[in-house]
Amino acid sequence: MTHPRSVGVVTPQVARFTEPLSLRGGGTLPGFELAYETYGELNAARSNAVLVCHALSGSHHVAGLHADDPASVGWWDNLIGPGKPLDTRRFFVIGVNNLGGCYGSTGPRSINPATGRHWGADFPFVTVEDWVAAQARLADHLGIERFAAVVGGSLGGMQAISWTLQYPDRIAHAVAVASAPKLTAQNIAFNEVARQAILTDPDFHGGHFYEHGAVPARGLKLARMLGHITYLSDDSMAEKFGRSYRHGKAVYSYDVEFEIESYLRYQGDKFASHFDANTYLLTTKALDYFDPAFEHGGNLAASLARSTADFLIVSFTTDWRFAPIRSREIVYALLHNRRNVSYAEIECAAGHDSFLLDDPHYHAVLRGYFDRIKL
Amino acid sequence: MNTSYRYDYEVITGWITPGEKVLDLGCGDGSLLKHLMETRQVQGYGVENDPDNLVTSLANGINVIQMDLEKGLAGFEDGFFEHVIMSLSLQAIHNTQGILTEMLRVGREAVVSFPNFGYWRHRQSILNGRMPVSESLPHQWFNTPNVRFFTIADFDALCEINGIAVRERLAFDEGKLVVDEPNFLASVAVYRLGRHN
Repeated sequence: MTHPRSVGVVTPQVARFTEPLSLRGGGTLPGFELAYETYGELNAARSNAVLVCHALSGSHHVAGLHADDPASVGWWDNLIGPGKPLDTRRFFVIGVNNLGGCYGSTGPRSINPATGRHWGADFPFVTVEDWVAAQARLADHLGIERFAAVVGGSLGGMQAISWTLQYPDRIAHAVAVASAPKLTAQNIAFNEVARQAILTDPDFHGGHFYEHGAVPARGLKLARMLGHITYLSDDSMAEKFGRSYRHGKAVYSYDVEFEIESYLRYQGDKFASHFDANTYLLTTKALDYFDPAFEHGGNLAASLARSTADFLIVSFTTDWRFAPIRSREIVYALLHNRRNVSYAEIECAAGHDSFLLDDPHYHAVLRGYFDRIKL
Repeated sequence: MNTSYRYDYEVITGWITPGEKVLDLGCGDGSLLKHLMETRQVQGYGVENDPDNLVTSLANGINVIQMDLEKGLAGFEDGFFEHVIMSLSLQAIHNTQGILTEMLRVGREAVVSFPNFGYWRHRQSILNGRMPVSESLPHQWFNTPNVRFFTIADFDALCEINGIAVRERLAFDEGKLVVDEPNFLASVAVYRLGRHN
């Protein structure tokens, strides 16, 4: 079943951390677990480790597939594997589910040791900085002093940037794809509509829906449908779905008539069937809060002065959710700090989703950059 | 940019002080910037808009930024670079005056090289009724990336009109230095430009 350039069957692992973790929002986690996967081999010098950070709905399952499910291909499998742009014959690649997640790491669905009940709405707010601090604990656990690279798309790119600020000595290269130095008001607005869909779902029960045997599926579905609209471009939606009628003509009903309706409902239902509503809320808030320049009076260049890593920044021409202009801000801020930075603006029609696709220019850029990383 | 024009590189390298910040507009495969990093330890950045060139530049180990020079250099701070270089690309840009102004805004000096359309072989070709094709103008009229056709004399006049100081000018005939009558005898010119203060 596995493709010759696939890492093949992979087994998720869990690392347990007993030291309390102080969180930026004021809370403390007494201890926590992180689910992760690794691909390739850590070399003797421990210099070839690459951390892959996930975005809003991603997980530690980045590449390969799970033995019990042939359909479970990792979310960035087209990038990572033997002979792929992030080549596992050369690099030791790590995927991790972030703190507050719902794929095996400690999160709102986990049991709060203090109460014996699900954390639910009592799970503390976590930020990009907290995720990175937790990832650093995982690096310690795996014996990795310094990453050859930290890589991420969208919210994952924010984590890569934050790594260079929080642990400048522990990261040689940061690769931020379809990312931004902070969200715009419009972007926060989309997140807020998504959150309101969940928060006002009668099955949400103030975030303690687990005890009610309920799932705020309607809210999650709406949140996901809205998200998907913003991940695509007008052109790609027109090309993929156009105005195609499912019945060949209008039948005047509120059931699915247009193919785009079918797509959004399918994506929404699929997401709501497994994703945790509290994780969605926490993660969108982490996105909203991320703004390293805030403590520097909004001066991004000043905030990036402490990073010493080399950077690759990539954006996509049709991505209006994380537009190229936001990536360029990062590029100029780094350049004016005399940092090594390269920037590619990929011509790709698929909007924000482009970062998960395998556009030839995009993958050639990533391959070219990873290949030149000295181990 | 064509890597066969090494004499253009050597002149430019001679004008760069070790450790400078350098911006190379239209950096092509990145070989000039790589040369400057190796011989002058510059903190260099290339600008390139062609996807294939961008990938080659990345492989060459230089910092390369994808952007369209026709849109100017708005993101760069005033005077950030010691030198802003444009090697054999000026003739391929529509916004000639705009980019020259921008180069001298973000750089203390600009270095520009371009093929001289007034070169005697080019004139001879026109006299014979055909558009010139030569080492410095390797394309046919129907597939050339060049959009501006100008001579050394034309460029001197443009600098004069725009208050650009020509600090140094070297001209070459297929690699050999030309001292007399460069507008007639030189195929390529390399300029070091500054602002009149």
